[in-house]
Amino acid sequence: MPSHSLEAVNLSKNYGSFTALDNLNLKIEGSKCVGFLGPNGAGKTTTLKLFTDMILATKGSALINGVPVHQNKKTALSHCGSLIETPEIYPSFSPREALMMISEIRGIPPSERKKRLEEAIAEVKMEEWIDKKVGKFSKGMKQRVDIASAILSEPEIVILDEPTTGLDPRGAAEVRDIVKSLKKKDRLIFMSSHLLPEVSEVCDEVAMIDHGKLLVYDTLENVTSRFSGDGSSNSVEVGFSRPIDDTKMISSLQGVLSVERMDSRNLRIKFQGGLKNQENILANLAAMRIGMISFRASVSALEDSYLNLIKDTL
Amino acid sequence: MTQQNSMTDVSLEGNRVPTSMTQIGIITKYEMRNYFRSRRFFILLGLGLAIEALLTFLVYHDGGSSGFVNGLQFYSTWWGDSATYIVIFSAIFFGGDAISGEFQNKTGYFLVGNPIRRASIYIGKWFAAVAASLIIIGIATAICLVNGIYYFGTSVPSQFGESLIFTLVYLIAALGLTFMFSCTFKSSSFSILVSVILLLFGFTVIEDLLDVFVHIEPWFLLSYGSQIIGNILMATYPAHTTTGLGFGGRHGAPITITMFNATVLEGLAIMLLYFVVTAVLGLVLFERKEFN
Repeated sequence: MPSHSLEAVNLSKNYGSFTALDNLNLKIEGSKCVGFLGPNGAGKTTTLKLFTDMILATKGSALINGVPVHQNKKTALSHCGSLIETPEIYPSFSPREALMMISEIRGIPPSERKKRLEEAIAEVKMEEWIDKKVGKFSKGMKQRVDIASAILSEPEIVILDEPTTGLDPRGAAEVRDIVKSLKKKDRLIFMSSHLLPEVSEVCDEVAMIDHGKLLVYDTLENVTSRFSGDGSSNSVEVGFSRPIDDTKMISSLQGVLSVERMDSRNLRIKFQGGLKNQENILANLAAMRIGMISFRASVSALEDSYLNLIKDTL
Repeated sequence: MTQQNSMTDVSLEGNRVPTSMTQIGIITKYEMRNYFRSRRFFILLGLGLAIEALLTFLVYHDGGSSGFVNGLQFYSTWWGDSATYIVIFSAIFFGGDAISGEFQNKTGYFLVGNPIRRASIYIGKWFAAVAASLIIIGIATAICLVNGIYYFGTSVPSQFGESLIFTLVYLIAALGLTFMFSCTFKSSSFSILVSVILLLFGFTVIEDLLDVFVHIEPWFLLSYGSQIIGNILMATYPAHTTTGLGFGGRHGAPITITMFNATVLEGLAIMLLYFVVTAVLGLVLFERKEFN
C-alpha cells in the first residue's frame, strides 16, 4: 500500500514585508495523526492553506503524495479532504445538496453517493438535519457539515484547521472520535489546534511552529521528553477503574521520580528516561493488576514543551 | 492504487475525479439551483415583468398599433429601448458579486479545497449567470413578441432576430465585465457598486462627453458597441452625424455635437473584444486571488 504524505519544501509565504511562513521544510507520511501547534499568527493556517491551494506560495512547494498542489491541484487534492477555517455553504442548500455537489466534484461513483453521503452525515451526527436549509444552522452545525464534506470521499489524507473550534464540548468530543476512527482506517491526518489536551488525546506526532519557522517535529513522546521540564523527565497520566489509596508501589518502580494524585482514580507519574522506561512502567502497572484503564503522555508535559519552545504569544 | 486514465484527469480507488468540463457542468447546475432559490433572481424577474407590463400598458394606452408607423418601429421602440437595461440589470444581479461573494461570504472555502480547478468554478458560475439571465431575457422577448404579433401579425421583422442576437452578445460581454469586477474586489457591495456605476451611468456619461467636447469615436466603450441592438431596428441604419448648436464656442466658433454610431461589425467587434479581454483578465485574477 503506498504511503500517504504531505511535504513542504522550502515553503515560504510573505504578505508584503511580513513573513508568515519562512522556508518550511516538513515531511509527514504514513497513517497517523500529526498535531500542528503554534501561537496565533505562527503560520499554521497559512501552511494548511498552501496545502489546499487557497493561497499562493512566495517560494517553495507544497506536495501531497509527491504531487505539487499548485501545479497539479486536481491530482494532488483528489487524495485529500480538508477543512480550513469554517467554510460557509450556500444558505439555500441542505447538507444533502451541498455534500452531493462535493461528491460529484470529487467523482464518487453515482451508485455510492447516497450511501457515503448518509454515512458522512451520520458520522457528524447530523442525520436529523440532512434535508434542512443550512441558512438556519448554527456555526457548530455548519462545522459538522464541513467535517462531513472533508471525509465524504474517504480521502487518504485529511487536513483539519482547528476542527473543534465553534463546537460545544460534546461536538468537540465527537470530532475527536472521528479523528480517532480515521486513524484506524489508515489515514494521514494533519490537524492544527490550540487545544493541547485535544492534541495529546488524538495525535501521534506534533509539529510546532512559531513566527513562520518550524521548531520541532517529532513523536508526542519525544517532544515531551525533550522539551518538558528540565528535559530530563517525562510525565504520563494513568487512569484507574477504582480509587488508588497507596501509591508507594508505583513510586518504587524503576525510573519513577514522583507520583502526583490528580484525583482518586487518576495519577500523574513523573519519570526519568525515555520510551524504554515508559514501556517498563506501563508493563509493571499492568502486571500489578490494580485496575489501570488508561495510560497516556501527560497533557501538562505537552504544555510544558509548548511553553518552553514558544516564548511569545504573538 | 493510483492510476492515470485518459478519460479523466485523475482516478483513484473508488473515486474518479471528473474532467474539468464535467466539473464546469456540476458547478453550473448547483449555481443555478442556488439562483432559483435566491431572492435576487425573483427580484430581477419581477423587475423584468414590471418593465414589460408597463410597456404593454403604455402601448395599449397609446392606441396599440396606431401609435407606430409599422412593426419595425414597434420593435425598435419596445425592444431597442428596454433590451440593454435588461442585460445590464442581469449582469449586475448575477455577475456583480458572483466571485467576490465567494470571498466575502466564505462560501468559496467550501469549494476551493477540492480537486477542481479555479477556472472550472469561474466558468461554471459564469454559465449559470448566463443561463439565469437568458431566462429573464427570454421572458422579456416573449412578452415583446406576443405584443408585436398581437398588433402587427406574425411577420416579425428579421431585424428583431438580429437585435436579439446582438442582445445575447451584449449579455456575454456585460457578464464578462461584471465577473471581472467581482474578481477584482473581495467586497460584494463594492464590486456591485462599480458594476452599477459603469454599466448604468459611467459608460454613457463618458460617451456623451466625448461626443460633445472631444469628438472622438468612443470605440473603446462597451455601451457604444451595444448601440447596435437598437440601431439595427431603425428604418435606416444611423451613420455618424454632426449637429451645430449655434456660435457659442471659443472665439465665436460654432458648437457642434457629433453623434457617433457603431456599424454592426464594429459593435460586434467591440462587444466580443470586451468579452474576451474581461474573461481572460477575470480568470487570471481569480487564479491569483487568495483566500485569506
